[in-house]
Amino acid sequence: MNTTYTISIFTEDIIGLLSRVTIIFTRRHINIESITASESEMKGIYRYTIVVTVSEEQVNKLVKQIEKQVEVLKAFYHISSEIISREIALYKVSSEALKENELFTRIVNENHAKILSIAPEYIVIEKTGDEREIKHLFNDLEKFGMLEFVRSGKVAITKPMKTLNTFLKEVENNSKTVIKHFNK
Amino acid sequence: MKKHTKYNTEVTGAEAVILALLDEQVTDIFGYPGGAIMPVYDALYDYMDQLNHYLVRHEQGATHAAQGYSRVSRKTGVVLATSGPGATNLITGIADAQIDSTPMVCITGQVHSHLLGTDAFQETDVVGISMPVTKWNIQVTKAEDIAPAIAKAFYIASSGRPGPVLVDITKDAQFGKTTYKYEKCESIRSYFPCPKVKDEDVLKAAELINNAQRPYILCGHGVLLSGAEKQLLAFAEKANIPVASTLLGLGAFPPKHPLYVGYLGMHGNYGPNLLTNECDLLIAIGMRFDDRVTGNVSKYAKQAKVVHFEIDPSEVNKIIPADAAVLGDAKEALELILPKIKVTKHTDWLKRFEDCNTIEFEKVIKHAVNPTSDKLLMAEVIDKFHKLSEGNAIVVTDVGQHQMITSRYYKPNIPNYFVTSGGLGTMGFGLPAAIGAKVALPNTEVVTVLGDGGFQMTIQELGTIMQSNIAVKILVLNNNFLGMVRQWQQLFFDRRYSFTEMKNPNFVAIANGYNIKGKKVTERKDLSEALQEMYESKEAYLLEVVVENEENVFPMVATGASVAEIRLE
Repeated sequence: MNTTYTISIFTEDIIGLLSRVTIIFTRRHINIESITASESEMKGIYRYTIVVTVSEEQVNKLVKQIEKQVEVLKAFYHISSEIISREIALYKVSSEALKENELFTRIVNENHAKILSIAPEYIVIEKTGDEREIKHLFNDLEKFGMLEFVRSGKVAITKPMKTLNTFLKEVENNSKTVIKHFNK
Repeated sequence: MKKHTKYNTEVTGAEAVILALLDEQVTDIFGYPGGAIMPVYDALYDYMDQLNHYLVRHEQGATHAAQGYSRVSRKTGVVLATSGPGATNLITGIADAQIDSTPMVCITGQVHSHLLGTDAFQETDVVGISMPVTKWNIQVTKAEDIAPAIAKAFYIASSGRPGPVLVDITKDAQFGKTTYKYEKCESIRSYFPCPKVKDEDVLKAAELINNAQRPYILCGHGVLLSGAEKQLLAFAEKANIPVASTLLGLGAFPPKHPLYVGYLGMHGNYGPNLLTNECDLLIAIGMRFDDRVTGNVSKYAKQAKVVHFEIDPSEVNKIIPADAAVLGDAKEALELILPKIKVTKHTDWLKRFEDCNTIEFEKVIKHAVNPTSDKLLMAEVIDKFHKLSEGNAIVVTDVGQHQMITSRYYKPNIPNYFVTSGGLGTMGFGLPAAIGAKVALPNTEVVTVLGDGGFQMTIQELGTIMQSNIAVKILVLNNNFLGMVRQWQQLFFDRRYSFTEMKNPNFVAIANGYNIKGKKVTERKDLSEALQEMYESKEAYLLEVVVENEENVFPMVATGASVAEIRLE
């Protein structure tokens, strides 16, 4: 059965490594639903967050192939209940929306969104939340004329209490093996 | 070997490439010059007495030669090529080395770093292109980064499960100046090539082995890569477990040993395939359950428990789920498990293999090696050659029917003496790989068995043989067909021989053109003498044997069939 998994990958800072990781998905004809990459809490170590919908067997094999890459320190996968995740979305709507100022302001406030910029032709709104919340605001704002919409990939923090740092020490002592839920 | 004295002196990046190779104890490289690698070739000019360079006729030949070199010597093969087409011509050999776990370092020249991404002359993104087929690769744009990159390349290529790596060096990095230092790479923070064998894994595996009634060892390339032949022998002998080999594992277990039951896979032996579905425990050692070994996975060894000895965690549970997996180096794992194994006999179980071998002999082998046909058969040629060489020659094959026949009828006595392209099935592999094998072990007879199709894919490497005086023996089994494809067309495509018939040139004349002696045999009466002449020749020699056009290789496990449905005819 296919489930949505969030894969967190800790890597060295190397040109081309992201490509090495993504071709593992391409080769298996697996679509990446979202991907983000940034430096982690440890200097020089990068964290990729990749979301896919596959079977557990597939995600397990994917993670093993990812870990096989020389410059990947560690990869984990989690189902949504094991992580806290957020996306950020930006909405550009026509400034016509201000003609219905009361409704517009209520929508923004009720969705816990904020107005970033107001120009003569458009208004830019920012919203942080999960996929469902972001979609909800999109539906609400659509009536004002959606000029542009962009969503970041998912960033996720795992609930289990173990830092990358302690993990790195363990990795240095042990072999790289796939650990599904590393605090259990 | 003479030690260079360039430490802490200023050298060019190009010279640093050569010095780094010397510091890795490299003695032989295979390559082809071109614009973007010219500074390295210029530096090489001063080191010709320390580093033997073999000029191939096509860069693909360099990769296969490096593979052949590595497979018989267990050293890392080294390839040098230019940018653009030089680099892309390496890809087939790199992919072959990747799937067959062969350590290889490829060094390519690249355009000046300021020209990267401009579609400059002979610019190609070889780092991008080679990414899916290399274990690791890197682009170097500064002279001072060359030595550390090469150190890392050798470490990664040869450690753990070996594989090919590529170092792409821009021309300005080759021209640049650097103070030469060399530190061998011995660890990388994010890389764990060889998991330490865990006691609990060993205990669990030993328990399954000790409780099995019909255990069965499948030995693969990993045994050879680990150098675990003696440990495997001791392990099999202690519990009297039958051993079968994969194509790439041939030679890891002595072929004449009573516990050796034969060869696995699509055209392997009858018993080893059939009895996979009768054993109660499969003990897989350094093998990865390739589809040519398993046949239909859903009908593969369903009755058996599985113990998997494997160095690469991603291979465990990839195809066949393991009841016990022992992660780590095969040699270490087998040493640890030996004292935990009970002495047992499996007389009845071994008798099953013997009975199957008798059936295969009566139905297939007897007729194949002593045929009554007018034309010669491939199997009788290889059987005769096996008897002549007593399995003591290095045999390198190409890909196709002759390859399957050779792996069935040539039984290498010595580990690493059988070289073939397994996972990728690369036609054109044989001739250049044999060149590499002969360069690595010049005092051992190296015979390459080729089909008429594969030979012509890298036939230009006869030029390498001529130029560098490499005494490779070439045995061409000519059936004037792309035989394996033709066999499939006959069996599965209603004999529609779509583009498999070959109109072939005069191979002996071509060999002669390269100053290589040659002979063509068509009659059975001339075969033995011709084989002997080829084998005893002090120089390179080509023997073309014209064989039956439409011979099929049997036994055969058809695609989609279970190993138990192996066909004898």
